Amino acid sequence: MGGLLTEPFLVSLLYGAVTAGMPLLLAGLGEQMSEKAGVLNIGLEGMMLVGAYTGFVAAYHSGSFWLGYLAGGLGGMLTALIVLLLCIRRGLNQIVIGIAITVGAEGLTSLLHYVQFSRSYPRLAAAPVLALPLLRDVPVLGRGLFSHNLLVYLAVALVFALSWMYRSTYLGLSLEAAGNQPAALDAAGVDVVHTRSLAVLCTGFLAGLGGAYLANVGAGIFVPFMTGGAGVIGIVLAMLARGRPLMVMVGAALFGASLAMTTALQVAGIDIPTDVVQMLPFAVVMAVLVVFGRHSMLPSALGTPYTRGER
Amino acid sequence: MSIVAALSGITKRYPGVVALDAVSLEFHAGEVHVLLGENGAGKSTLVSVLAGMQQPDEGTVIIGGNPLRIASPRHSIQLGIGTVFQRPSLVLSLTVIENLMLGGSWLRRLARAAALRRFRELATLLGTHLDPDAPLAGLSLGEQQQVEIMRALWRDAKLLLLDEPTSMLTPQGVADLGRMMRNLRDRGVALILITHKLGEAYEFGDRISVLRLGKVAGGIDPEALVAMEESGRTATIIRLMFGLEAGEAATTAGGHAAELAILLGRKIHGPAVVDRSQPPVLRVREASTRAEFAETPLRKVSFELWSSEVLGIAGVDGNGQKHLAEMIAGQRAVHGGALELGGIDITQGGVPERRGRGVRYVTDDRLGEGTVGALPVATNLVLKEVGAPPWWHHGITDWAAIHAHARVLIERNDIRTPSALTPAGKLSGGNVQKVLLARELDAEARVAILNKPTHGLDLHNQRLALDRIGTAAARGVALLVISTDLDELIEISDRIGVMFGGRLAGIVDNDAGAIDRVRRLMTGAGAT
Amino acid sequence: MSLRGPLRVFVPVVLALTVGGLILLVLGKDPIGYYSYVMERSLLRWGGAQETLTRMAPLLLIAAGLIVAFRSGIWNLGGDGQFLLAAVASAALAPALIGGVPRGVTLVLCMLAGSLVGLVWSLLPAVLKSRYGINEIITTLMMSFLGTSFANVLIKLVLRDPGTTVPQTRSLAVDDRLPRLFGTTIHSGLLLAMLAVVGVHLMMTRTAFGLRLQVLGANRAAAVHAGYRVERLTIAAFALSAALIGLAGAVEVLGVWGSVRADWNPALGLLVVPLVFLARFNGYAVIGFTLFFSALMVGGESAARRVGVPQHFVLVLVALLLLFLGLVEYLDQGRRKAAGT
Repeated sequence: MGGLLTEPFLVSLLYGAVTAGMPLLLAGLGEQMSEKAGVLNIGLEGMMLVGAYTGFVAAYHSGSFWLGYLAGGLGGMLTALIVLLLCIRRGLNQIVIGIAITVGAEGLTSLLHYVQFSRSYPRLAAAPVLALPLLRDVPVLGRGLFSHNLLVYLAVALVFALSWMYRSTYLGLSLEAAGNQPAALDAAGVDVVHTRSLAVLCTGFLAGLGGAYLANVGAGIFVPFMTGGAGVIGIVLAMLARGRPLMVMVGAALFGASLAMTTALQVAGIDIPTDVVQMLPFAVVMAVLVVFGRHSMLPSALGTPYTRGER
Repeated sequence: MSIVAALSGITKRYPGVVALDAVSLEFHAGEVHVLLGENGAGKSTLVSVLAGMQQPDEGTVIIGGNPLRIASPRHSIQLGIGTVFQRPSLVLSLTVIENLMLGGSWLRRLARAAALRRFRELATLLGTHLDPDAPLAGLSLGEQQQVEIMRALWRDAKLLLLDEPTSMLTPQGVADLGRMMRNLRDRGVALILITHKLGEAYEFGDRISVLRLGKVAGGIDPEALVAMEESGRTATIIRLMFGLEAGEAATTAGGHAAELAILLGRKIHGPAVVDRSQPPVLRVREASTRAEFAETPLRKVSFELWSSEVLGIAGVDGNGQKHLAEMIAGQRAVHGGALELGGIDITQGGVPERRGRGVRYVTDDRLGEGTVGALPVATNLVLKEVGAPPWWHHGITDWAAIHAHARVLIERNDIRTPSALTPAGKLSGGNVQKVLLARELDAEARVAILNKPTHGLDLHNQRLALDRIGTAAARGVALLVISTDLDELIEISDRIGVMFGGRLAGIVDNDAGAIDRVRRLMTGAGAT
Repeated sequence: MSLRGPLRVFVPVVLALTVGGLILLVLGKDPIGYYSYVMERSLLRWGGAQETLTRMAPLLLIAAGLIVAFRSGIWNLGGDGQFLLAAVASAALAPALIGGVPRGVTLVLCMLAGSLVGLVWSLLPAVLKSRYGINEIITTLMMSFLGTSFANVLIKLVLRDPGTTVPQTRSLAVDDRLPRLFGTTIHSGLLLAMLAVVGVHLMMTRTAFGLRLQVLGANRAAAVHAGYRVERLTIAAFALSAALIGLAGAVEVLGVWGSVRADWNPALGLLVVPLVFLARFNGYAVIGFTLFFSALMVGGESAARRVGVPQHFVLVLVALLLLFLGLVEYLDQGRRKAAGT
């Protein structure tokens, strides 16, 4: 196993873990905000996919990665608008609409992609890399962790910003109340629908951003169905993290590392079926649940619409 | 006294109902204005309008001389209206101070120091001793309500609405609330108190208004209230509540009023019908239960219950009453100790076994666990018999028999429902309780536990429920009635036991001095 | 006035097809041509109709499994893992047994094995939910990912047929597969699936067990209060649901494919969820929606070649159908409320 500890292997593992973990992190952070506010966003996968598509198309035509991110975020946000209008405002079942969003996004993006590009898959140039001064010279870590697209560092900053926001602002309290006892928030003079709408739009933006990163930086191309369950993992991460952004990041790193392990093993010339490695994070999480799992501390009003004067 | 707020011609229509019909009322500074009325009279809609939860179809609210519409709860708060809602509206996962801080503008940092200052101000004003950093989930219902009142007063409310604030409180809690209300009144706050209990209306109210079918039926102004005897007040209020002509006695009129008058006049349960020379039906010996989060377990509770006896269980909420009820019903395991029913040991075994032997349980959580709101009334009436004959044969459902059975019970118990197939969740609170009473107090019942049987019901349904208890006792059923309403227990019980800290602090005979001994036991002091 | 019965389904279907048609128009395709081609290909031509009906078998079995779970308030979203592992189990077992025991016995044993494997794969989420109240959405989803990868590991490392280049299990000869119905190409798994759906519907609506599950689904606290054995019921609902989904995997292998290739994942588990919702957990209605969906799939796949509309357009139609069904239901409720009933 000594061959595993070579520098190229470790660099490729760390670098890959960050690249693969980023979409999960962004989507997971987004989902966490919705869940905090009491909205179960099963359509996360769909929002990511739409973000991947719009983000790719924008970057492809403009040549700008930042426009790509923006378009991806807006695409996800637009998709989240469906949840806002139908589930939050009208109280329709969040699971049904979520599945509709995912299924619809899969269909629509592959349809649009087909109409635009037929069967060709154009590729973007490599994403610009910002190597952090000083840190980039650290062996292994420098190239593995500190030589990424600027968005990566911003995402890490976002984790801490969100932690602070949940803990120390009125918005944080409002989100918590919207998820646990919406009637209390309403009685305190804060509009529950507005609070939840804000959360869901942020979720859409972050999921779309994650999708755009996945397509433009992670893959460099858009392929139909390319999220391949990343949104579902995002939901799982958010639920397991129980409201703590830092835990989403830990989870995203774990899942990202296992996804990256596949490529890294190839780099190291070791032939283990990728499936074995891919099972690891799920097996670890299940084991953790079996050993430590007690009650899953989810917001008590999760998934239930709020109507004034009704229980 | 100056008028803090007034309603002028407020009308609110819901599909098929006029909830408020041109209601005009005035609320004076330094006065407790009590609103009375049956369920559906429009009291809660009136609260919703003032709290900004609902907007009226016609009419205006006049505050400080300006006619306006209250557009949202936030607007209502800004106008100086504080509301304590009937349903608890606090976030259990947050602390006291966090709950009070809810509602600040989103992007600002939490102003904790300022909030603590305000908290101490209000704590002094109200005379409460709460820990601002205590998680709300750990507080008693009475303490939670103090937080609700603080929240309502947080932004200097000039008008405080209290929608049935006493329904969950202990006698001590009610007394505390009364003191707070007087404090606030003396500081010039206008208070609106909604209650079903006439005694509270007389004790705390300066002015009484009665709503009936969405209209102001009339009221008693402060001078008259002071001048009148209690019986005169009650006669006036009953007359207004049921729309009788002056001088017309309630007993001669039809419908609810007549029924209520009869119920009010009837002695629910006479004493001395219990034959204690026979062995008791239920014998509980040193029974304990296991503690769970935020619940008081039972600690070695022992008592005996005879046929035809009504044993009242008093006590501050959360002293193990729920565990007592659930343990006897079989819903909660016995850990140590023993239960005997008619001489047979029933310590082991769950709900089906106990029910098979005639144990019945009317829960206080009628919608939460008593019924399945989405399923029809008919199904709810056999909810605890699923799989048993005559409605199931080898596991196959005989829907026709179930529906026929339901129609009989609906008729016999006067359950107001469009049909047997109507989802139980669509029924009013009083009718849901009738469903539960019909299901539990059936012919085979031998021991019945009733947990807060009148809680949240209007006067008419309260009396109906108590009447059912009396009838069951007369039939020979042994009854355990848990309630926080001491007057009620005094009225119907043969003996009254008091729960304190998971123990049965004592059982007293219901005679002349009972109420004082019960009160003493409730504080944790010994009997005698 | 409220929308009743067939109309409540018909209106959203028409709306979804109309909006879908508009999307096609915008993209420069001919909607009428597309729809008529899909219908002709999947329903009017005998060959296509047989294909459509064959497609329904696994969908119906999965739907039956989901109805049991959803009606019991259990969100079993792990259908894919349960389905695939069951498929692999029966694909591994069938070629091994077929030489030794009669065909009928082989098929029955394989189907039982598939159901059992599906069931086993749901036990962990079931126990975690009933014991610790751990949300089954997370656990079933994770078990599903785990199962999908595990199925591949089994095919690649343990069950691989040495005679093929692409990793796959040994193949069951066409003659040894599930018998065809009445000289058609439709296999008898369809009958089994129909029976399962109807059986589940009758069980849920006309038996004590079904009513207990419904109570559990609608109000868990009421089930505890009424003295049902809630832990056992939860596990039973999970087990039955996963066994039916496992059976779907077995039937698909034994009836259609004869073997399982590595990385094969039709992802039917999540696709059927919308159909079950569209049918509002009603067993009879789900048959209609499954037929509609199968026809769209069969027609849509060849339309990709013939009319130039990618097959995934079908997904857009399903999504639109879900949105409109939800919307119509909402409007209908609003109207009934306004009518005061």
